[in-house]
Amino acid sequence: MKAFTYERAASIEAATKAAEANPEAKFIAGGTNILDLMKLEIETPTHLIDVNGLGLDKIEPTPEGGVRIGALVRNTDLAADERIRRDYGLLSRALVAGASGQLRNKATTAGNLLQRTRCPYFYDTNQPCNKRQPGSGCSAIGGITRQHAVVGTSESCIATHPSDMAIAMRTLDAVIETVNADGVRRSIPIADFHRLPGDTPERDTVLEKGEFVTAAMLPPPIGGKHIYRKVRDRASYAFALVSVGAVIQSDGTGRVAVGGIAHKPWRMETADAELPKGARAASSVLLSDARPTDQNRFKVALVERTLSAVIAEAKG
Amino acid sequence: MQFDTPVTTNPIDRLKVVGQPIPRIDGPLKVTGRAIYAYEWHDPKVQCAYGYPVGAAIAKGRIKSMDVSGARAAAGVIAVVTAPEVGDRKKGKFNTAKLFGGNEVQHYHQAIAVVVAETFEQARAAAALVKVDYTEEPGVFDLAQAMQTAVKPELESGDPDSGAGDFEAAFKSAPVTLDQTYTTPDQSHAMMEPHASIAAWDGDELTVWTSSQMIDWWRTDLATTLGIDKEKIHLMSPFIGGGFGSKLFLRSDAVLAAFAARAAGRPVKVALPRPFLMNNTTHRPATVQRLRIGAERDGRITAIAHESWSGDLPGGQPETAVMQTRLLYAGANRMTAMRLATLDLPEGNAMRAPGEAPGMMALEIAMDEVAEKLGIDPVEFRIINDTQVDPEKPERPFSHRDLVGCLKLGAERFGWNGRGRPGLQRDGNWLIGTGVAAAFRNNLLVPSGARVRLDAEGVVSVETDMTDIGTGSYTIIAQTAAEMLGVTIDKVSVQLGDSRFPVSSGSGGQFGANCSTAGVYAACVKLREAVAQKLGFNSEDVLFEDGEVRSGNRSVPLAEAAGPDGLVGEDTIKWGDLSETHQQSTFGAHFVEVGVDAATGESRIRRMLAVCAAGRILNPITARSQVIGAMTMGAGGALSEELAVDTRRGFFVNHDLAGYEVAVHADIPHQEVIFMDETDPMSSPMKAKGIAELGLCGVSAAIANAIYNATEVRVRHYPVTLDKLIGGLPDVA
Repeated sequence: MKAFTYERAASIEAATKAAEANPEAKFIAGGTNILDLMKLEIETPTHLIDVNGLGLDKIEPTPEGGVRIGALVRNTDLAADERIRRDYGLLSRALVAGASGQLRNKATTAGNLLQRTRCPYFYDTNQPCNKRQPGSGCSAIGGITRQHAVVGTSESCIATHPSDMAIAMRTLDAVIETVNADGVRRSIPIADFHRLPGDTPERDTVLEKGEFVTAAMLPPPIGGKHIYRKVRDRASYAFALVSVGAVIQSDGTGRVAVGGIAHKPWRMETADAELPKGARAASSVLLSDARPTDQNRFKVALVERTLSAVIAEAKG
Repeated sequence: MQFDTPVTTNPIDRLKVVGQPIPRIDGPLKVTGRAIYAYEWHDPKVQCAYGYPVGAAIAKGRIKSMDVSGARAAAGVIAVVTAPEVGDRKKGKFNTAKLFGGNEVQHYHQAIAVVVAETFEQARAAAALVKVDYTEEPGVFDLAQAMQTAVKPELESGDPDSGAGDFEAAFKSAPVTLDQTYTTPDQSHAMMEPHASIAAWDGDELTVWTSSQMIDWWRTDLATTLGIDKEKIHLMSPFIGGGFGSKLFLRSDAVLAAFAARAAGRPVKVALPRPFLMNNTTHRPATVQRLRIGAERDGRITAIAHESWSGDLPGGQPETAVMQTRLLYAGANRMTAMRLATLDLPEGNAMRAPGEAPGMMALEIAMDEVAEKLGIDPVEFRIINDTQVDPEKPERPFSHRDLVGCLKLGAERFGWNGRGRPGLQRDGNWLIGTGVAAAFRNNLLVPSGARVRLDAEGVVSVETDMTDIGTGSYTIIAQTAAEMLGVTIDKVSVQLGDSRFPVSSGSGGQFGANCSTAGVYAACVKLREAVAQKLGFNSEDVLFEDGEVRSGNRSVPLAEAAGPDGLVGEDTIKWGDLSETHQQSTFGAHFVEVGVDAATGESRIRRMLAVCAAGRILNPITARSQVIGAMTMGAGGALSEELAVDTRRGFFVNHDLAGYEVAVHADIPHQEVIFMDETDPMSSPMKAKGIAELGLCGVSAAIANAIYNATEVRVRHYPVTLDKLIGGLPDVA
């Protein structure tokens, strides 16, 4: 870990100004990811801006009938919130499928969205990695790739986004609210928030330097059965090989997003349209451009099988 | 004490303390944080500096140059010690890879420097500034390829090949045969406490607080590596947060701490960062195993062959995965062979039940497969092929063997008889299956010494360099001394893990419990003689009971017998040839029920039962803990544990506890353990045998067999992960 300076931001404005003033600065909230990455010198901010005290820890109803989840709401609190459990059960279930109780107590809504990949080559600073060190090459390609992406990959990167929560938010059409140092606000649909790697895998999201996530907005509830199915080798405390977040209506229509297979939560509205026809139809759309490796080819079948189980459970 | 004839009745048989379910006596220290582990040792008078290791970034080659100027100039840095600077060092007897010194890089993350600073954070930051220029050399990292050029190895003891009768002919003529290849992956010990040491020099004398299973081995090898007299080293390891074999042999943390402390001129503490566990230390090597079994239609095995290939650095040893097959089942015609390939991966070495653990993972699937071919229940098939003699040397009986008893009792308690045919049982979305495997692990005998004092308060204190790696050594040693001297356990204090104490067996190979308590027994016999002599009692008929020494009508309180100066007994148990004339092994049976998600192929264990026959159980609480811990390790080995080898770059990629998935609480269901009520008079005066590794041997195969029973998909390559299953699961779409 490199030496860094630290400040507690007094306001959102102060936080964004401080970030704009120092291009080497990073925000810190729960710290459950960035501290690990700093210890390994994968992240090397020279300045940390602590945003925990900004009052962004509330879950509030919106005039449109949805909810606004403050960026600093802890994963535990969000998962346990009565309204979330009732109207957005998928989100609650996805949250408790992730990490551990201790981590969820610290981890925040914005931090969860912004967590970085768990690609083991990203984590080993002796290995080339375009995400960690742009232009150095991807050592995962041709290496150990069982956990890696099968869709939306590039020649530069085959990493996945590890978040469970983000899969639920993608299914629920969350909108991410941000503000920058000039006070300019953006509302970014979560579909556009995370990026595909392309030839700039070092950028996980479309956030600009110094842009600060203030909240995640959920549209009014859409009813239906809310199912989050996370598939993994051990029963807890593991990242998804594949996860399926779905809201299925009684008429068989619905929405589905898939985790563990791409650099971002993977949802295609054209696949949603196929859901009434069943898992095979929907997953063949979702994975029509899949380019798996020999080690992760199983994910293609696994998505279909998992989605099939989810649809059956919804009917159940 | 020389142990060379089977023991008859002795004071241990009273079982007033030994054999009783006494909670571990060091438990309160551990749950209140007062048990001091290596890295936590703190003396307010001593200001430790912090050392942080630098690991090689390549798998094989040489260090051309190192630039440590940035590290030296960094804030708080006291010293930087590099491998080229230290130069080539004599390697410890038990190490295959060198731990530190010289320009050669033998494996990824081999220690090449240690940076010492005032704080841990400063040392870590400065370590990242060390720049290294390497000459990289091509290496061999893929066992599947390297096994083509594997050779017959020279073993430390025994022969890599064995046989009896004419295997080839018998196999050819057998009506039912199996010829299959199985693989087990590299595995990591992944114990909770990382390797850690504090080193402090006082002139030419060195004190080391460390985390070691084998005090004397470490002390000796550290002396060799440092080039000093071992008498100059005082090594202490009173508490150990798990080892599983990873702390059997001297590791780089102790060497780095010693060099760093010398360079810094003050005590230095070094802990290996978690990623170093996988690539800097040792691991259980991967194996490729071929099993051939031929049987008559009535179930009798007529031919059995087990061949195993593994790899290691030059000078290393094979994973002895065929050893149990030499002994476990009958069969007149047999052969085993081990071949060793050269691999430039980190050093392969002992991990809990080395040899038997991966060997049983293969053998016990093969047995399940043959039973199915025969149409014989797999429990029955194993019973049919029981043997009471060493099948390669029928003149050698087992000292005591009750595999059949374990299988029968286990089948009854588990409800085995209701078992369904493969792929037919369902519980909602779960495919349900049950599996069985035998458990087998040899009982090893190692000399073990102890010193026992009796003081004027009537308190008995035991000193031995035995270690407690979470196993319960403190407790069973206290029980042994209490039983021998006729006192309650609260009158016994036990001190372990200090090189000033008599050399013990240490902890490994499941020999620790039986051997170290036998050593304490021997020392207590000496102390009893001293007491009797002092009181003028005839030592033959002296009774030590209820805190008193009795002979005829006379009875003297122990405290009084000790006198103001106290009395001491010291001895070492040494072993005769009973383990040569008789085969000493431990036995068991594992029964497992699994559910496999019909859609996703995720396997989840539903219940586990182990029945163990391992001689006298010294303490059913600590023994049970050993067995359920081993069953848990076997669950990880069956379902998720695998060090993933990058065969291009030559290292284990998943080098942290997020990537290397050991079982977590949610993976482990109800576990039941039954101990057979037995003793083995040939094993030691304690009549006990090892248990800690037995509990692991066979578990993974029982799980794999249960998955087969659930799914009708036979997976022969561990771990049995869902990607290997879903192709054979029922269609769901």
